[in-house]
This record gives sequence, C-alpha cells and structure tokens, in this order.
Amino acid sequence: MRAGRLAFLAGAVRGLLRPAPPTGAARAEEHSDPREYDATPHPRAELAVAALLALGGLLCLAFAVLLVAHPNTQLLGAALAAGLACVGAALGLASKRVVPQEVHVEEREPVPPEVDAALAAEARAGGEGISRRRVLAGAAGLAGCGLLGALAVPITALGPNLDGAPDRTPWRRGRHLVDPDGERLRAADIQIGSFHNVLPEGDARALEELGAPVVLVRVAPDSLDLPPERRTWAPQGILAFSQICTHAGCAVTLFRYPASEATSKPPALVCPCHYSTFDVRRAAKPVFGPAVRALPQLPLAVDADGFLVADGPLSGSVGPSWLDVRQSEGGR
Amino acid sequence: MSGGADAVRWVDERLGAGRLAKRALRYVFPEHWSFLLGELALYSFAFLLLTGTFLALFFSPDIGSREVYDGPFRELAGMEVTPAYRSTLDLSSVVPGGLLMRQAHHWAANVFVAAMILHLVRVFFTGAFRRPREAIWMLGVLLLGLGVFEGFAGYSLPDDLLSGMGLAIAYGVAMSVPLVGGPFAGLAWGGEYPGPGVIESRLFIVHVFVVPLVMAAVIGLHLALVARHHHTQFPGRGRREGNTVGTPLWPGYALRSVGLMLLVFAVLVALGGLVQINPIWQWGPYELNRSTNGAQPDWYLGWLIGALRLAPEVEVRAGNLTLIPNPFWGGVAFPTFVFATAFAWPFLERRLSRDRAAHHLLDRPRDHPWRTAFGIAFLGWVVLVFYAGAADRVFYAFQISYEGQVLVYRWLVLVVPPVLFVVTKLACDELRRSGARPARGGPPAAVVRRPDGGFSVLPGDD
Repeated sequence: MRAGRLAFLAGAVRGLLRPAPPTGAARAEEHSDPREYDATPHPRAELAVAALLALGGLLCLAFAVLLVAHPNTQLLGAALAAGLACVGAALGLASKRVVPQEVHVEEREPVPPEVDAALAAEARAGGEGISRRRVLAGAAGLAGCGLLGALAVPITALGPNLDGAPDRTPWRRGRHLVDPDGERLRAADIQIGSFHNVLPEGDARALEELGAPVVLVRVAPDSLDLPPERRTWAPQGILAFSQICTHAGCAVTLFRYPASEATSKPPALVCPCHYSTFDVRRAAKPVFGPAVRALPQLPLAVDADGFLVADGPLSGSVGPSWLDVRQSEGGR
Repeated sequence: MSGGADAVRWVDERLGAGRLAKRALRYVFPEHWSFLLGELALYSFAFLLLTGTFLALFFSPDIGSREVYDGPFRELAGMEVTPAYRSTLDLSSVVPGGLLMRQAHHWAANVFVAAMILHLVRVFFTGAFRRPREAIWMLGVLLLGLGVFEGFAGYSLPDDLLSGMGLAIAYGVAMSVPLVGGPFAGLAWGGEYPGPGVIESRLFIVHVFVVPLVMAAVIGLHLALVARHHHTQFPGRGRREGNTVGTPLWPGYALRSVGLMLLVFAVLVALGGLVQINPIWQWGPYELNRSTNGAQPDWYLGWLIGALRLAPEVEVRAGNLTLIPNPFWGGVAFPTFVFATAFAWPFLERRLSRDRAAHHLLDRPRDHPWRTAFGIAFLGWVVLVFYAGAADRVFYAFQISYEGQVLVYRWLVLVVPPVLFVVTKLACDELRRSGARPARGGPPAAVVRRPDGGFSVLPGDD
C-alpha cells in the first residue's frame, strides 16, 4: 500500500513536470491504482483443464505409437497437432481460470545519471599515469588491423576467382550439335517455330558448364534481321543462342512464336525467372524485361551430311553481367 | 509445502540466484493482443531449431557426385540425382515421420518471417522503438534480415529445380555488386555456378550452424534488453511512463505463454502433416538447362523477385567495364535501401520530430500522423513491389497481359506511395479530430469490486 502511495506521489510530481499534461480525466485515470488480485476457485475449469491435459497426453502417445507402427504423414500430423493443441489450450485455460488473476505494478528503474558519471570516472581512472598516449593508440590501431586481416584473409581459400570462366565455352568450329540424348540434329528436321535444347557433342561435363547449353530455334529465313557480320550464322533461318539468361543466369526455356505474324509480337526467347524477352530475328536483342545484353549467339553451319555444326565459339560472355563482362559482338 | 521450499533452497545454495528469480517471477507483462506477435516469432524459431536438428541428421549436402535414383518415387526412377536431392527425397519417403518434419520445418520458416514482419509493423506504428529501445529495434531488423537469408539458404539446399534456379539468381545478383561482384561470387560459390558443386555444402554449414548461432545470440540480446527496460504499454488506468501494469510472469503469464507456444507448435505440425509444401519430387532435380515458370519461391522472397522484374533495363557502363550490372537495382540496391531505412528509422524520427525523450507509453497510430503516414507509404511501396512479383501468376490466372502489368507497376511504385502518405495523414488527422473508433464497440467500462464489498463502474482501459 505504501509503495503504491509513493508511486502515486512520484507520478504526480512527474505529471507536473510534463510539458503537455493530458486532460483532467485522463490524468485521474492514470493515477488510479490498477492493482487487482482474485483467487476465486473455479472447480469446473480445473476439471476441464485436467481433461484437456489427459487428452493431450493420450494424443501425443498416439503420435508416438503411430510413428513406430504406421508412420502416415497425415495421421502423424493430425495426432501430434491435436495433442499439442489440447495441452496448449489446457495451459491457456489454467492461466485464465485456475490460477490467481492478478494485475501487478512494477516500477521502471532507469540508471541514475550519477551512477553513469561514476562509471565513466572509473573507466577514465584506468588510463591514469600514461604518458605516451598517441604512440600507444597508433600501435593498438595497427595491432587491431593486423588481427582483423589475419582473421579475414583465410576466407579467400574458399574459392578461385573466376579466371575468365564466363568466357569459357566448349563450342568450336566443327563441333556437332546434339539433343539431350546425344543424337546429332539434322537441319532438315528442325521445323519453323520449333525450340530445341542442345548440347555440344561428346562433352561429358556439358551440364556443369554455363557455356555449353544452347537453344535452337528456326524462323523464316527472309524475316531475319541479323547484323551484317552474322549473315552467315543462321543457315536456313536456324538460330542458336546461349541458354543462360544474361540477366541473372536462369535457363531460357520459353519460346514465343506467333500464331499469326500480322497481329502478334515477333518470335522471342523468354526467361521464366524475370521474363527477359529476346527477339531471335534481331540476334536475341533484349526487347522486354530487365536483361540488357543480348544472348550470345552460336554461329551455325550445315555439314556435308546435313547435320548442324558450330561454326565458331559463342559470340560473347555467358550468363549474368559483371565488371569485365565481354559484350556480345554485333548485339546491343 | 516444506518439500518445495527445501528443493528451492537446495538449488539456490548452488546457483545463488534466489533474489533474481524472485524478481523474475513478479516481472510484469502488459497485456495487448499485438504483444503476442513477437512471441509467435520466438516460438516459430524454437520449432525451427527442433525440426531442423532432426532433418540435419538425415540430410547430405553433397552435390559433387551423382547416383541413379531407385527409391519409392516411381516417376524419378532412373534419373541421375545428387546425394543432396536423394537424401531429401528419402527424408520425404523412407524416414518415418520425415515428411512431417520437413514440411513442418518449411511451414515454420514461412510463419517465422511473417510473424517477425507483423511484430515489426506493430512496434513501428505504436512508436515502441523510441528511446531507450533503439538497439532492440535494430536487433529486430537484423533478425528479420537474417531470417529471410536463412530461409533462402534452407530451401536452396535440396538441389531440386527450385533450389537451383534460386541459387542461379542469387549468383547473378552477387555478380552484380559493383566492382567486387565477380570475385565475390566466385569466392562464395567456389567458381562458376552452376558448376562442379561446393555451394550446398557451404550453405549447409551456414544454414544449420552459422546463421542459427548468430540468430540465437541476437534473440538473446534482444530479449535481455526488452527485460532490462521492461515492456512498453498502452496508456490506461494506472499506467505511467514510470511503471508497467499487467500480469506477473508467475503463474498467469508463464502458463499463457507456454500455452501459446504449444498452440503455435500445434498449428505448424498440422500444416506440416496436412498441407503439402515444396514437393521436390514434382520439381525434379536441378540441371542448368532446365527451368520452369510455375515454381514460386517462398513468399518472403516475393518482393525481391518483384524488384528484379520491375527494374528498368539499364546497366551502367564505362568503356569495356560494366560498373553496375542490372540485377544490382532490384537484388541489392532495393533491399539495402529498405533495410537501411528500417535500421535508421529511430534516429531519423528523432531528428525530424526533435523528440529526444524516453518513451515507455505507446502511441496510437493516429496520434503520430507523420510517422503513420510514412510507415503506410513505405510499407505500401514494398508490398506493391511484392505484388509485381506475382504478375506472371495474375497473367496465368486472368490472362491480363504480363508486359502491360509490368509497365503499370513501374508507374504505380512511383505514384502510389505519395498518395498513401497524403491519405493516411488526412485519415489520422480526421480520426483525432472526431475521436471516432472504427472497429470498436461502445465506450469501454469496467465493473470493479470495492474493498467494502460493493461494486463501482469505472471507465475501462483502451
């Protein structure tokens, strides 16, 4: 009771000091004593809590038995969830009905300024009688930097730099194009409007190299709008581009080919991650979405037997941009 | 009775913490439903530790070798899979209770981040971050960032198609950091990605050891500081800046809080058992020439997907050097700006409002119109970007042009925040003027028993 009165007084003093005091009603409310205590027994609630606890325990046991005897995911989940829910509900009910209901008041105890002042003085006292402060501070700074460096540098053991990895590609003049089953592709079998996943022939690591997978599409040869130096790269309107998106490195796996040239947008490769869209007739120039660089193009030729072969390496760096990325020649 | 006292005495002779413990039992928790949001996050984290430990016993992070799959998922028979993918499949099929644990773990991650964001929103709009709680706020924002990263690291582990696509994008974003991006990505991924794999084994240590350890330490600090300053409270009967009014820890609050923990666990276990999540046997294993446009990341990455997709097609170049690659805008600059603003907000507000006083009583959002207006505008901006990340699903469901949606969103993210700001400010001012209480009943009242046995009617707490 006395503590309450003291708190009341302290509050009143603070209330006077406050620049913008609340309204009279609010102030009276603020200073009334909110403490309550109620320990009325609720026998029925106690029974309900006991029942919920027992049921929860049985359900959790059922979970244990099921796990050993019949581990069905749905049954396991339902049994354990129901068991946990019963025990949780029991505790909630006990908190509201079985144990004493109490509203309690606790005073905050901020650290008084004089304690902090004494603390600061104590800390300063540790440096008394030192004459060469600057020399010591400089040396300590050097020690700190050295220590940090020694701690941080071992992390560089984690990996090599890229060493031009994005420019590496297994594609060379004369290398055959194969489908994912390793079968060579015949130019005559590629339909206009079709899309093919393609890998370099005889490359066991093809699916571990960004520079390996390309996509093959075919459009009407007279609709091509390639830069002059790429005129010969697309025999019979067959085009191949790196499959790795130049925006964020996803595989480009969508090909939009218009049902009607007159009313639809031009044929384009689309990346399903962020929908960068590349106009294949204009050398995979980006026409929508966040990508800025064209997909590197693979120059194609048809060999004497009618199979598709590469006529050179890819035209630029594969995958996402970085500081030294090589722009695709002739592209944007 | 004396048996209980003897036991306490025995423990306390060894711990010497009796005084502290006695005070702790009387520690007061002010009551408001919104104060439970932080507890939801805390208990989801505890659940993640429990289920995650189980999963770690069965998971292998190796993606450096391949084997032919011959397990119970018939559709995958004969495929070449990595041990990472294989062990996750086995967790989902062969290990008793494994699928329940895996799905509950994944659901808990989604709930964890959602609870943290709701908690952050509550703390922001009630002004609970003000002096002396700036450090608590910053630790909380740090936890949110760590939680989002940890969730991403987690679903990147199984080496299914979704993980691989996510890691490929993350690699692209890491490469896009100006100047140092290339070497940094090469270092973190151990070379090019996709490539001969070390990334999952590194991510595994980060996911199960480094980040959880840091998060547990930060949570401990966060809670210790909360307890040191005591909880904030809304104004009400007997409540002053200098006190806390509410339920003491023992017995009422402890029972309630443990009950809440068990209910959170119950919901997560029910979700894990009954609602499918991340069916990796449907996505299939990751190959670098595969991708799909039906797979979505966990919801808390939607804002980054949206930002990557909305970013205009701009890269900054000087000669042969690409100074700022495109993924930087959406993948690095945007989240950095959002988190930096959140970190700095307590100090920004102090500077703008010139209010340097300590505050333990909470604001109603309407009583601080500028803060509320800013918060709604900022939140609305981030949520818009999040929605933009779902534009492809909207196209799929409603046939609304994807390209058209993106163009509209690019304007909306500029136009909507100022509009939200003005509307919220006006709404707060109007609510304050009128004293209206939407979504509430009549004026509250409390019937209280007097010491003499009679009853009085008092105006109740807000």
